[in-house]
Amino acid sequence: MYRLPIGKYVEIFIEWLTANLEPVFQAIKAALLWVVTAFEWAFEIVPSYVMVLIIALIAWRIAGKGTAIFSIVGLVIINSIGLWAETMQTLAMVITSALIALIIGIPLGIWMSRNNVVNAIMRPILDFMQTMPAFVYLIPAVLFFDLGKVPGVVATIIFAMPPIVRLTSLGIRQVPEDVTEASIAFGSTSRQMLFKVQIPLAMPTILAGLNQTIMLSLSMVVISSMIGARGLGDVVLKGITQMRIGQGFEGGLAVVILAMILDRITQKLGNKNNGLNGQDT
Amino acid sequence: MVKLEVKNLYKVFGPNPKRVLKAIKNGASKDQLLKDTGHGIGVRDASFEVLEGEVFVIMGLSGSGKSTLVRCINRLIEPTSGDIILDGQSVTKSDSKELLEIRRKKIGMVFQNFALLPHRTIKENVAFGLEIQAKSIEERDKKAIDALEMVGLKGYEDMYPSQLSGGMQQRVGLARALATDPDILLMDEAFSALDPLIRKEMQSELMTLQSRMQKTIIFITHDLDEALRIGDRIAIMKDGEIMQIGTPEEILTDPADDYVKEFVQDVNRAKVVTASSIMKNPDTIISSKDGARVAVRRMRSAGISSIFVLDRQRKLKGIISIEDAMKLVKAESNDIDSIIDKDVYTVSPDTSIEELLPLAVNTKYPIVVADDDGVLQGIIVRVSVLSGILGEEDEDV
Repeated sequence: MYRLPIGKYVEIFIEWLTANLEPVFQAIKAALLWVVTAFEWAFEIVPSYVMVLIIALIAWRIAGKGTAIFSIVGLVIINSIGLWAETMQTLAMVITSALIALIIGIPLGIWMSRNNVVNAIMRPILDFMQTMPAFVYLIPAVLFFDLGKVPGVVATIIFAMPPIVRLTSLGIRQVPEDVTEASIAFGSTSRQMLFKVQIPLAMPTILAGLNQTIMLSLSMVVISSMIGARGLGDVVLKGITQMRIGQGFEGGLAVVILAMILDRITQKLGNKNNGLNGQDT
Repeated sequence: MVKLEVKNLYKVFGPNPKRVLKAIKNGASKDQLLKDTGHGIGVRDASFEVLEGEVFVIMGLSGSGKSTLVRCINRLIEPTSGDIILDGQSVTKSDSKELLEIRRKKIGMVFQNFALLPHRTIKENVAFGLEIQAKSIEERDKKAIDALEMVGLKGYEDMYPSQLSGGMQQRVGLARALATDPDILLMDEAFSALDPLIRKEMQSELMTLQSRMQKTIIFITHDLDEALRIGDRIAIMKDGEIMQIGTPEEILTDPADDYVKEFVQDVNRAKVVTASSIMKNPDTIISSKDGARVAVRRMRSAGISSIFVLDRQRKLKGIISIEDAMKLVKAESNDIDSIIDKDVYTVSPDTSIEELLPLAVNTKYPIVVADDDGVLQGIIVRVSVLSGILGEEDEDV
C-alpha cells in the first residue's frame, strides 16, 4: 500500500523555511530573548521577600485575603526549598508568552468575531493548535530558534493562544443583538461599537480566556525545559532523568503553587468584571 | 407638514433579493415565493406619510413585517427597493457618512427589550448617543440629567440598569433616545415587555411628554388597544403589506377589509367611537322665529315628541315638547321662548361613547353635539349610543 509521506513534506517545508527565512527568525529570536531577559532581570533584581509582598498585594487587591495569604505561604515555601530563582525564570517565561499570546490572540479573536470567512478558516487551525500534542511544537521551535528560552517561549505562545482567540470571538459574538442594534441606531461607527459596547460586554468571557491562556502557558513552559528552557521544568526533568524523587517532587510542588496563585488571581479578574456589570448584585 | 415619507418600500430576505423583486411586484404571494425561490418577504410595497408632530402607529401581529419596516427607516435593515424621505432628504440614497449623521441627530430609537448597556450607569447609558457624537462631558452630563428628569428618573443617575425595574429601564431607554433631541422617535414595541398596568402608565406618560415635546413618533405595536390609545393615525400591517391607514376611529368604524374588521371586532368600542360618528343629522329643528303651530306640525310629520330650537347663529336655545307646544297653540300664544326647556345635555364631537352613556341614561331627550362655539353639529338619540357600542351605527336606527 502506498504510504502518504506527510512527514517528509513537513520536513521539506521546514527545511525551506530555515534556509530562506533565517534573518526573520533571527530578528524574532533577538526580540523574544530581550523581553524574557528583561522580565527575568526585573524579577531577580527584586529581593525575594519584596517580590512575595508585591505578589501578595496584587492577590489581595484582585482576589481577596485568602489568596493573598495563600500566596505568601506558598512563595515562602518555594523560597525555603531553594527554588526561588527557577520559579522566577518560569514566571518570566509564562508572562512573556502569555503577553505575546494576548497581543496576537485578542485582535485575532476580534477579527474572527466580525468576519465569518476568517472565522471559518481560523476554527480548524485553532483546533489543530490545541489538540496537537504539546511536544510536537518543540521540534520546529528548536530548528528555527536553536535550544534555550526562545524556542520554549515560541512553542508556549502557539500552544497557549487558542483559548484567548476563541473566547474573545465567543464573547463578542455573545453580545446581545439588541444592544449592538441600539448602538448602531444611535450612530456608532463599527470602531465605537467595538470599544464602547462589544469589548466591555465581552470582558468576562475574554478574561476567562486570559485565565486559560496563562494556565496553558505555565504547563507548556514546564515542558519546554526539555529543550533547555530552564526554570522549574528543569528541576522536574532532572528529577525524572536522574531518578531523584525528592527533587522532582519539590519542583512539581513549586509548579503547583505557582499555578494556583496565577489561577486564583486571573479567575477573580473575570468574576470581578462580572460584578461590575451588576449581574450579580 | 410631511416629516417622513415612505414610498413603495420593499424588503426581501434571501440570497438574491433583487432578482425576485420583479416576481413580487407582479404579485407573487409570500408562501409561493418562499417555496419557489427561498426568499421571504419582509415588507411589500409600503407607502405612507408621517406628519410633523404626529404619533403614527404601525400595528400588526408578529411576522407582519412591522419591525422590519421600522428598521428600514434608519436602515438597521437595508431596504431592497423604494425610497424613504426625511425632511426632503433621501435616507435610502444617503452614503454611510450622511447615514451616521441622520442616526445621530435626527432619529432616536427605543427598543422592546430596552437594550441598555449593563456595564454603564444610568447616566452613562442616557449619554451614549452624545458620547458617540464626541460631545464634551459637561454637555453630555447636562443633557442626560435633563432627559432623565423628563422621564421622571432624577436621582437614579449613578445606578446600574440591573438595579431598576422593567418600567424604569424603559424610561432610561426613552431618555437615551430623547437626550440627542432627535426629530423622530422610533419606538419598536417599546412597552410590550412591560406589565399591563405599567404599560398603561407609560402610555399616558408618553402622551403627556408628547403634548410638550411635539416630536414625530413612529410607534410599533401588536396591541390594538395601545395603538388606538396613543395613535393619531394607525397603519395596519399583514404579511408585510399595509392593509389600511387611518385615524383610530376610521379603522374601527370603517375597516378596509375583513382582516382589519376581524382585528378590531374585540375592541372596546365605547372608548374609541366618538359622538361625531354616531350623531344624526338634526333635521327636526326649528328656529325661534317659527311659532308653536310650525313646531307641532313638524313634530307630527316626523313622528317625534320633542324638537330642538336654534337661534339665528344655529346655536342651541333648548328643546320643546309636543305637549307644551299644543298647550301654547290652544292658548293662542306664539311665544315659544316661554316653553323652551334648557335642560339638555350638550357634548363636543370628541366625546366617547363611554362618556355619553351616563348622559343617555339620565335624559329623556336626545343629546346635542355642538362644537366649541356652541353651533349645533348633530344630535344623538339614545338608541344610537347602544348601537354605536355594538358597531351598527351604519344601519338606520
